[in-house]
Amino acid sequence: MFHFDVVTNWIDEFLRTYLLDGWALFIEFVVIGLVILTVYAVLALILIYAERKICAFIQCRLGPTRVGPFGVLQSVADMIKILLKELIKINRVDTFLFRLAAFLVIIASICTFGALPFDKGLHVVDFNIGVFYLLAISSLGVVGILLAGWSSNNKYTVIGAMRSGAQLISYELSCGLSLMTIVMLSGSLQLSTIVEQQDYAWNIFRGGIPAVIAFMIYLIAGHAETNRGPFDLPEAESELTAGYHTEYSGIQFGFFYLAEYLNMFIIAAIAATLFLGGWMPLHIPGWESFNEVMNYIPPILWFFGKTFFCIFLALWVRWTMPRLRIDQLLNLEWKILMPLSLINIVLMALWVIYL
Amino acid sequence: MKMIDKLLAQFAYASVTSDGKYYTVAVPKEKLHETASRLRNSALAFDFLMDIVGMDYGDSLGTIYYLSCTQFPAYVIALKTETDDREDPIIPSVSDIWESAGLYEREVHDFLGIRFANNPDMRRLFLRKDWKGYPLRKDYDANPEINPVPLTNENLDDMETVPVIEIHNGLKEEKTYSLFEKGEYVVNFGPQHPATHGVLHLRVSLDGEIIRKIDPNFGYIHRGIEKMSEAYTYPQILHLIDRMDYLSGTIHRHGLCLAVEKGLQLEVPERAHYIRTIIDELTRIASHLLGWGCMAMDMGAITAFVYGMRDREKIMDIFEETCGGRLMANYSVIGGVMNDIHPNFQRKVKEFIPYMRKMLKEHHLLFTGNPIARGRMKDVGYLSKEKAIALGASGPTGRASGWSNDVRKIEPYAAYRHAEFNEILRSDGLTFDRYIIRLDEIAESLKIIEQLIDNIPGGAYAAKTKAIIKLPEGEFHQRVEGARGEFDVYIHSKGDKYPYRVKFRSPSMTLVSALKAIATGTKVADLIMLGGSLDYVVPCIDR
Amino acid sequence: MEVKDICIKNMKYEDFKENEYLENYLKELRANGVNIAIAKLDDLINWGRSNSVWPLTFATSCCGIEFMCLGAARYDFARFGWEVTRNSPRQADVVFCCGTIVHKMAPVLKRLYDQMAEPKYVMAFGSCAIGGGPFKKSYHTVMGVDQIIPVDIYIPGCPPRPDAMIYGMMQLARKIKMQEFFKLPKQPDLSSPDNSDSSENNPETKEKGNRP
Repeated sequence: MFHFDVVTNWIDEFLRTYLLDGWALFIEFVVIGLVILTVYAVLALILIYAERKICAFIQCRLGPTRVGPFGVLQSVADMIKILLKELIKINRVDTFLFRLAAFLVIIASICTFGALPFDKGLHVVDFNIGVFYLLAISSLGVVGILLAGWSSNNKYTVIGAMRSGAQLISYELSCGLSLMTIVMLSGSLQLSTIVEQQDYAWNIFRGGIPAVIAFMIYLIAGHAETNRGPFDLPEAESELTAGYHTEYSGIQFGFFYLAEYLNMFIIAAIAATLFLGGWMPLHIPGWESFNEVMNYIPPILWFFGKTFFCIFLALWVRWTMPRLRIDQLLNLEWKILMPLSLINIVLMALWVIYL
Repeated sequence: MKMIDKLLAQFAYASVTSDGKYYTVAVPKEKLHETASRLRNSALAFDFLMDIVGMDYGDSLGTIYYLSCTQFPAYVIALKTETDDREDPIIPSVSDIWESAGLYEREVHDFLGIRFANNPDMRRLFLRKDWKGYPLRKDYDANPEINPVPLTNENLDDMETVPVIEIHNGLKEEKTYSLFEKGEYVVNFGPQHPATHGVLHLRVSLDGEIIRKIDPNFGYIHRGIEKMSEAYTYPQILHLIDRMDYLSGTIHRHGLCLAVEKGLQLEVPERAHYIRTIIDELTRIASHLLGWGCMAMDMGAITAFVYGMRDREKIMDIFEETCGGRLMANYSVIGGVMNDIHPNFQRKVKEFIPYMRKMLKEHHLLFTGNPIARGRMKDVGYLSKEKAIALGASGPTGRASGWSNDVRKIEPYAAYRHAEFNEILRSDGLTFDRYIIRLDEIAESLKIIEQLIDNIPGGAYAAKTKAIIKLPEGEFHQRVEGARGEFDVYIHSKGDKYPYRVKFRSPSMTLVSALKAIATGTKVADLIMLGGSLDYVVPCIDR
Repeated sequence: MEVKDICIKNMKYEDFKENEYLENYLKELRANGVNIAIAKLDDLINWGRSNSVWPLTFATSCCGIEFMCLGAARYDFARFGWEVTRNSPRQADVVFCCGTIVHKMAPVLKRLYDQMAEPKYVMAFGSCAIGGGPFKKSYHTVMGVDQIIPVDIYIPGCPPRPDAMIYGMMQLARKIKMQEFFKLPKQPDLSSPDNSDSSENNPETKEKGNRP
């Protein structure tokens, strides 16, 4: 297995041999920051293209074909356009909050993105409270959305923001609870430990029925957290024109747009890490030669493969289902998913104790 | 029919004439309200007010109320009244007898300046408050300098202020009230909004997500078709009527052709009847597919919309070959159809029928059975049969509530008498019924087409007409079943090549008042969905 | 009533064919040499802009249905990267003005246009939006969108077929390709004789500079 920790460790040692520790760290921070931002942007472009193509496939269309081969440069063109679009100064808005909101959303998204374990050693910080950190920082985004809706001085955005607040805060619960189920199974909050434990059986297999239930709940709740259909009430196009970001133009709208796609990636990546073994290849105990073959596929590909599988599920649902109504949405959370996750935690506790 | 004769004989002051199933009753305006309420409350119960036509007779102004009863829907009474006062014409309102009269009277007020006493809402319907003059009056000055293109939006306070004129015991009292109270959270949906099916402007008072009041505003696509028609010959009017309700344009055009042919007493070849009927039914399928897709899109399922449009393209292909146009088929003309059918027409239609049946199954699979869709349509938007009749919400909406109102059955026109088909009726009147009835009607339309397509008789496709078509003096009324409800044409001719007055009953206008009735108390998302389930077309309302 | 002679004044028959005047105009502008960095950057920016034009969903009547067809499976304008229809004018690049504009709607359209962020374009779909169309004699119709807002592309038809709409979109993309990001909008010099040929046929490009 080729792990990226070889590369990262080599860079670290190389810098430390020639520079003071402080300087080496500084350079590493800057490089990591740049790399994270670049990967973030590139991933967003890939995701936007992928969504358009998959959506077109589901709808018997072709999707982008003209810009570059098979339309792959379509999202690049979009990016150039949106970067140079005018930023409108709107009368009678709370300018400071209005500008801040877009940054809050994207900062929350980038911070979460940075903490994902892409590979062994390809991990910005390996907190011992990794899962907790992911949950905490990703829920900061809702503040940005609420601010955006409130500061825009527009009735649609306020309704969108209030819907968003209600939705995100509710679904945060079952999202967290289903992750807790896995934490109980692995006995650790540290992401690297959780991944390493799944060497011979991914959590979804190891944890039996409670883990499968938790996986389902997490997919639903996580999907709801990304504000995408059928849970796209905050920006319900046919109801609220564009929801909480109605008044945003140019790159500020681009931030919301990017964050939306990257949140989808983050949710899928967390699902892949905690339930599907992260970068760990598929190993089956006893099938040694099969495991050897699987080891030839680099872990980073495993990680992205699993993540894109989860993303595909999300897109599939999004382009098939109609939108929920706000009361149905909250009913689903508070009357079905929440009690189910609580019961599931008890089940998992029994599973961990007795098996 | 004896019962109607007996009933009308009670009105000693009225002059009654009859022509088959079509009765004309003229009453003085003082007796109008009394006559109307007696007609409504008699054993026959004329409970369906089809339309109110405002008339400018030159020296007097008048209104004509078209009434029909749900027991014997083929009988139509035209109740007429007049007023000599051109400065301040006031006619008693019948909005307390028929709920649908409210909007119709506002329309007459807007066009002719007649005010209706005791109507709770006497704002202009289509034109802005600052519009000078009443366009349908014969002495209207159409000089564009009097009414230039406005550069500022209409004042919202003006929109809310409702003038009323009340007459109690002969005392006239004029007052105004405001529609919304101070502090209400009023949101504008439209005129530019993705889900208003055109440019409808809904002012909605919200309490959180729950809708308290709805105030629809029309006129953002009012093109004055009725006024323009008065200066156009009959074949020219045909082209305007396509552009009213563009989704069932062919059917409406058919209606106008029938009305003119009725006036000319023109014998239309049987072949033309068959072709028109098939084209009408294809239009209905196309319209319902679009309605289905738009409703799904309003609920957030964009894929369903694309599927609907995909199948609609097949019909557009058939139209294109035979009629030359995609959306605007321009096919029916007075006396028949424009051209003979394309040699491929029958083959293509026959290929289309099994294809559409297969796709209907797919549509059901994709959307009807979807748990979210079912959950959202459940128990929302109940429209009772009585309410549907009172509001005049005809067409699929009324039939979903159990009101049998299909003109194709009531008064079979064209080739419908040769086809066996069922009028789809449902009893619950919920959103789901309005949704499913459209898909069922597609299946039923396919059945009609299947029966007719092989039996198109030979012969001429159009009767010979004179180069200049002059309608004899008189009034002509024709009903047809459009895709979203009953479409009526009323022509008043003075023997010229131009009509003296043309009025079209817009089926969509009553649907918007139905929206007002059923959406109050539901949530914002439901409002959009209910709009989709009623499937109104705004340019048809505004004309 | 007979239509006798179908001819449009000031327009030669050849002009109805595939017209390259925009590209020729661009070549002419760059004939005397431009800074290569600026020209390349301009090209890149215009490539991005012309390939990602997001329309505002604005449909008043019949043409809106054809616009829907354009978005659906058969015609699919997503191929060109135009499919992201934004409902908020702030995020849209082009108004597809589909359908008749009447007196009551005119201020609303103007407001929508004012709400859009630069660069913004307007396409007038169908004869109603171009000049009143079949409702020319009406008392309540605005005789063309260009009385209210500047129009870049006119697409005739009642309603125009989706194919015609795609052709119009391509023409708009061409027009966007010859914008200059780093310069102030410049009007073609009408006085010099060699420029007059190319600018005669493109009244739209002249309007470009006058945009409010």
